[in-house]
Amino acid sequence: MLSSGLTLIFSMMGVLNFAHASFYMLGAYCGYQISDWLGFWPGLILAPVTVGVCGAAVERYGLRALHTRGPVAELLFTFGLSFVIVEVVQVLWGRPPVPYRLPPELDGSLFTIYSVDFPRARGFVMLVAGLILGALALMLRYSRVGMIIQAALSHPKTVETLGHDVPRIHMLVFGGGAALAGLAGAVGGAFTVTEPNMGAQIGAILFVVVVVGGMGSLAGAFFASLAIGELDAFAKVIDRSPADLAAALGAPIDPTSPLYGLWSLTLSQSAPVLPFLLLVIVLLVRPRGLLGKREDR
Amino acid sequence: MSAVKQLRWLPWVSGAVLIALVPAIFSQGFIRLLFAECAIMIVFALSYNLLLGVSGMLSFGHAVYSGFGAYATIHALNWIGRSHVSIPVTLLPLVGGCGALLAGVVLGFVSTRRSGTAFAMITLGLGELVGACWLMFPKFFGGEGGIAGNRTVGAPLFGVSGWNLGSDLQIDYVVGAWCFASIAAIRALLGTPLGRVANAVRDNPERAEFVGYSARQVRWLMLIASSFFAGISGALAALNFEIVSAENVGALRSGEVLLATFIGGIGYFHGPILGAVVFVFFAVALSQWTKAWQLYLGLFFVILVLRAPGGLAALLERAAIVLRDFSALRRRAGVLGTKTAAAILSLGGLILLVEMTYHRTLEATGGTVVRVFWTDFDTGHLGAWALGGLLLSAGALTFGWLHRQELAAWGPDPSATSGGETR
Repeated sequence: MLSSGLTLIFSMMGVLNFAHASFYMLGAYCGYQISDWLGFWPGLILAPVTVGVCGAAVERYGLRALHTRGPVAELLFTFGLSFVIVEVVQVLWGRPPVPYRLPPELDGSLFTIYSVDFPRARGFVMLVAGLILGALALMLRYSRVGMIIQAALSHPKTVETLGHDVPRIHMLVFGGGAALAGLAGAVGGAFTVTEPNMGAQIGAILFVVVVVGGMGSLAGAFFASLAIGELDAFAKVIDRSPADLAAALGAPIDPTSPLYGLWSLTLSQSAPVLPFLLLVIVLLVRPRGLLGKREDR
Repeated sequence: MSAVKQLRWLPWVSGAVLIALVPAIFSQGFIRLLFAECAIMIVFALSYNLLLGVSGMLSFGHAVYSGFGAYATIHALNWIGRSHVSIPVTLLPLVGGCGALLAGVVLGFVSTRRSGTAFAMITLGLGELVGACWLMFPKFFGGEGGIAGNRTVGAPLFGVSGWNLGSDLQIDYVVGAWCFASIAAIRALLGTPLGRVANAVRDNPERAEFVGYSARQVRWLMLIASSFFAGISGALAALNFEIVSAENVGALRSGEVLLATFIGGIGYFHGPILGAVVFVFFAVALSQWTKAWQLYLGLFFVILVLRAPGGLAALLERAAIVLRDFSALRRRAGVLGTKTAAAILSLGGLILLVEMTYHRTLEATGGTVVRVFWTDFDTGHLGAWALGGLLLSAGALTFGWLHRQELAAWGPDPSATSGGETR
């Protein structure tokens, strides 16, 4: 749920952003630091603000100058930036995970279904993710601001002629996206573990989801994140391999045959690879993504 | 231009002399490590630039090919050791190159169907794909520990006994010779029609198609060539360190080669060589002095992307132009001098701040005193922090002010915005 929220913001920012996962991580650390000083709830509000300001500054002083040089320069810049953010975090807070926890109000179970406890913390995370998602989707689709944002992404020249300050819109969108990533980080970091490479872990999957779903498509990103989650869970459950299949069909492959390592591979072992396989296939068959409208950007 | 033409052999000869002399003069382990890392990174970065600089393809998964080369080499090495075939190990980089070339043929067929951002994303996916494979095939990738080999097996080169890579000097020379040969081969490749057409496909694929070249095929061929040389660099790494592990295929390695190549300058042939040397300096030498070297490297890279997309090679060229024009140099000497001083000041302040913060975070148990620039600073004392902040902000403000003054007086510097588009 959290990652699908992240994905939506990511795909709406119009830039393929390597640093987005870093903003997520930065949000977790800011949340940790502020909750250390002021308590969890102020941290939940102040951390996204901090990260959002950082994001806006990055857009204003970095990305804006690169916009004319095309997407490759932007990719390179955010790539370098992700390096720097991880290192800055390590310099400030050190390499080992920091003790960032959800407040005690969220301990315990919310309700019980068939004797399985549903933890309150999980409910809270889902609530936050759902709120972000809903608000974002409503705003982008139905409000005037949302319309201008979408138009500024797809037809910047026209929007500019209509009297809107497009660079400023880009800056605000980027800052807002970073802030939401920061919020996700402040919640997700407390829910899981806050450590320097938490961004890298989520980053690759994020990338897959956005590209598979289609750049700039809310629904696509949503379906893609669900599909990849299902694929992952599905693959992990099935502990069978092609060799087992062959044996079931009456043609067993003996361990001495060539490439036995490949045939004896179970589906659950290959689970970490599947999202990337899906990414490559989708890019080849339908480069704009499942529900994407824009061709190459 | 005749003087320039006569000097064309100079870099080659000096490079060869350097490769011949460095291992003979220095026998310390540290210099040897630097030498080998430089040679390996130079070949890797040059092969990467065949994609990024020459053909305009941004790849995030180039370590896949060097990794394949490294694994092919280490497996061939162990096979030679097991079966006692008399093949000189010195020639194994060819095996590594061909192994990577096969990977390039297969994966390249998939990835080069697209160009631009889509190509970048496919390579990222493929890189993660192969990088995630090492858990699935422990037999091939050697699991957590990697695969070790022994380079002294196999037949001696030219039948001379003792030439079996037993000594450090021999492996240094082998790595150096392969590096030199690869540089020459890549230079030659760029001069072929294929190299020129790759430039055309980079600059204007549509027009290249109209002339009659399949842009996709050209990209594919260039990727195959590039993966061959990447394989050679991987093989050299495998021979030199006698161990190959999953790190060699990982996304981190792909990122490293991107950084090295871009820092050097993708628009120049010698750019990646320069970048590789600078990168190895950061990674091997600087990491001995400070633990924050990756931060400095990342900042350096980001500033280059923003301010000097041509990389170090373009900066050097600009410096050469400025130095040649004496009258302009005299006019601007004061400004340039102050700018340099301001930059050094702010850099010093930044380093001071970073080192002190790092010391506080990681080594707080070992006292509050940290040694930066041959001086002791007390991280518990506010004055040290104030000094760092003052240096940084004063330097940065002065630099920015001078820069704006210069822009107002001279107009925007054309070489600062363009670049990276020549050969």
